[in-house]
Amino acid sequence: MTDTAAASQNEKKRKKAKSPARFGCYVVLVILCFLCLFFFYMLIINSTHNTFQIQKGFTFLPGRSFGINLRNLMNNSDIPVLSGIINSLIVSALSAVLSIYFSTMTAYGIFAYNFKFRKAAFTIILLIMTMPTQISAVGFVTQMQAMHLRNSLIPLFLPSIAAPIVVFFMKQYMDSSLPVEIIEAARIDGSGEFNTFNTIILPIMKPALAVQAIFVFVAAWNNYFIPALLLDSANKKTLPILIAQLRSADFLKFDMGQVYMLISIAIIPVIIVYLFLSKYIVQGVSLGSVKG
Amino acid sequence: MKIHSGTARSKKKGISYAKWGYIFLLPFFVVFVIFQLIPLISTVYYSFFQYFRKGLQIVGPNFIGMQNYAKLFATDLPKYFQNTLLLWVVGFIPQIFFSLLLAAWFTSSRLHLRGQRFFKTVIYMPNLIMAAAFSMLFFALFSDNGPVNGTLISMGLIKQPIRFLASVSGTRGLIAFMNFMMWFGNTTILLMAAIMGINPCLFEAAQIDGASGNQMFWHITMPLIRPIMAYVLITSLIGGLQMFDVPQILTDGTGSPDRTSMTMVMYINNHMFSRNYGMAGATSTVLFILCAILCLLVYFVMTKGSRDQEVS
Repeated sequence: MTDTAAASQNEKKRKKAKSPARFGCYVVLVILCFLCLFFFYMLIINSTHNTFQIQKGFTFLPGRSFGINLRNLMNNSDIPVLSGIINSLIVSALSAVLSIYFSTMTAYGIFAYNFKFRKAAFTIILLIMTMPTQISAVGFVTQMQAMHLRNSLIPLFLPSIAAPIVVFFMKQYMDSSLPVEIIEAARIDGSGEFNTFNTIILPIMKPALAVQAIFVFVAAWNNYFIPALLLDSANKKTLPILIAQLRSADFLKFDMGQVYMLISIAIIPVIIVYLFLSKYIVQGVSLGSVKG
Repeated sequence: MKIHSGTARSKKKGISYAKWGYIFLLPFFVVFVIFQLIPLISTVYYSFFQYFRKGLQIVGPNFIGMQNYAKLFATDLPKYFQNTLLLWVVGFIPQIFFSLLLAAWFTSSRLHLRGQRFFKTVIYMPNLIMAAAFSMLFFALFSDNGPVNGTLISMGLIKQPIRFLASVSGTRGLIAFMNFMMWFGNTTILLMAAIMGINPCLFEAAQIDGASGNQMFWHITMPLIRPIMAYVLITSLIGGLQMFDVPQILTDGTGSPDRTSMTMVMYINNHMFSRNYGMAGATSTVLFILCAILCLLVYFVMTKGSRDQEVS
């Protein structure tokens, strides 16, 4: 109603008529943001309380048990937190590096060279792009066992070399902002093909590399299904497996302060990185998609 | 066209760079074949075998043809397939609704909302959160003597704690709600990018013709973002079929109550732990076929989109 009435009137009046609608929008947005923030706020607050305080209900003020919770968790022999953090970091960092280097290389191969299977290769990459890896878990686990890679971190980061979604993103980025003339110019200057890629193309791609590195890192950091199937020994486990372990342990007997502390350790590093780089990450989400 | 001009160029110079194309693609495809293609083929292969562990004894592998599939379709699969779809639908409806609403608001020049960067930053954040940790957090908050119940009791709203995770709708509702929270920000950003890609002349022309905001949304925006809506729908369905972390942690892999929140991948996971590779393989193959069809659809949506763009 207000919409049709306002449209036919002049600019000034329209602005006035719009303000209730605008107010409504803000209310909905604030509610949604509250929902998004509330649970994480509660998580951080609860990690500073002890079990007894937590069970009493929500309090919005931090408590004094942060240090005790952290110390108890670190000393908990059932949950190897420190090695969990290190394992998660190794897997995520190596996944990010391998996947952006080799996927950019693949995208560059398709972008810069004309060869017989160029189109076929790109079609395959597009087709497998949205194919989830979970479906081949049976074959993956049995094969890793046969290759003596079960209970090792290698099968968690090595497959990242073939990351079709990163290839697609890099190809899009090259199509829009990598002039072919640069490659020609480098050849005339006598630069080898590998050298051109490493010293000229990669630096140009830096913004795209950074965004994709974050996405791959976070995905690997959060990955639970495959690591849980592969890793058995306590000192190899990654953080998501430790969290799942909390759930399967007799939960009620657990010190809730430690539970919230472990969840915080898994979540908060990602949130901190996100707060610093949110602008680029949000841009990356919209760039990586199809164009409508 | 491009390929033709390329060969002409290389002939002129007398150097063919084609081999470099293969060299640059080699690592990707070697790793793809070893870590994805061969496992996929052997997954399908296992699905035709009786192969499981009984106590310490390993039975099989014996070829049994389609028996795993027959068993699967006769017993568990329909139920878990329904669970998975239901959980996805209940989360996806509010997801697409709020995403469309927010995307339309953020891009509306009439509303001209302030603080957009802040709102976008906040609503996208849950997408980066570890699903396992998020689910554990919800379990801790909504457990029988967790802080949600504690707060409700101390406010005098309820006398007995609400056992969220003992009721079917409570568990399913929480899973769907978590999925909604984790994905609506992502979808909002995708839809916003699509709407901002629409030629502004169309809106200006409509405005001159006296179209209302609603009319412009339904008659200009919606038809033009249809490809990306299809993309969002299909990729979300692919993700929904893989639903695992959230229900697995929330119900400790049991799909409780009474397996009503057991998803297909949870079922695969259970068989993996009992080393029943035959049944796990058969379930995976069914999922693979479903996903392959959906991937083909995504491919057509995407390539059609770029063709339209070339024309315009």
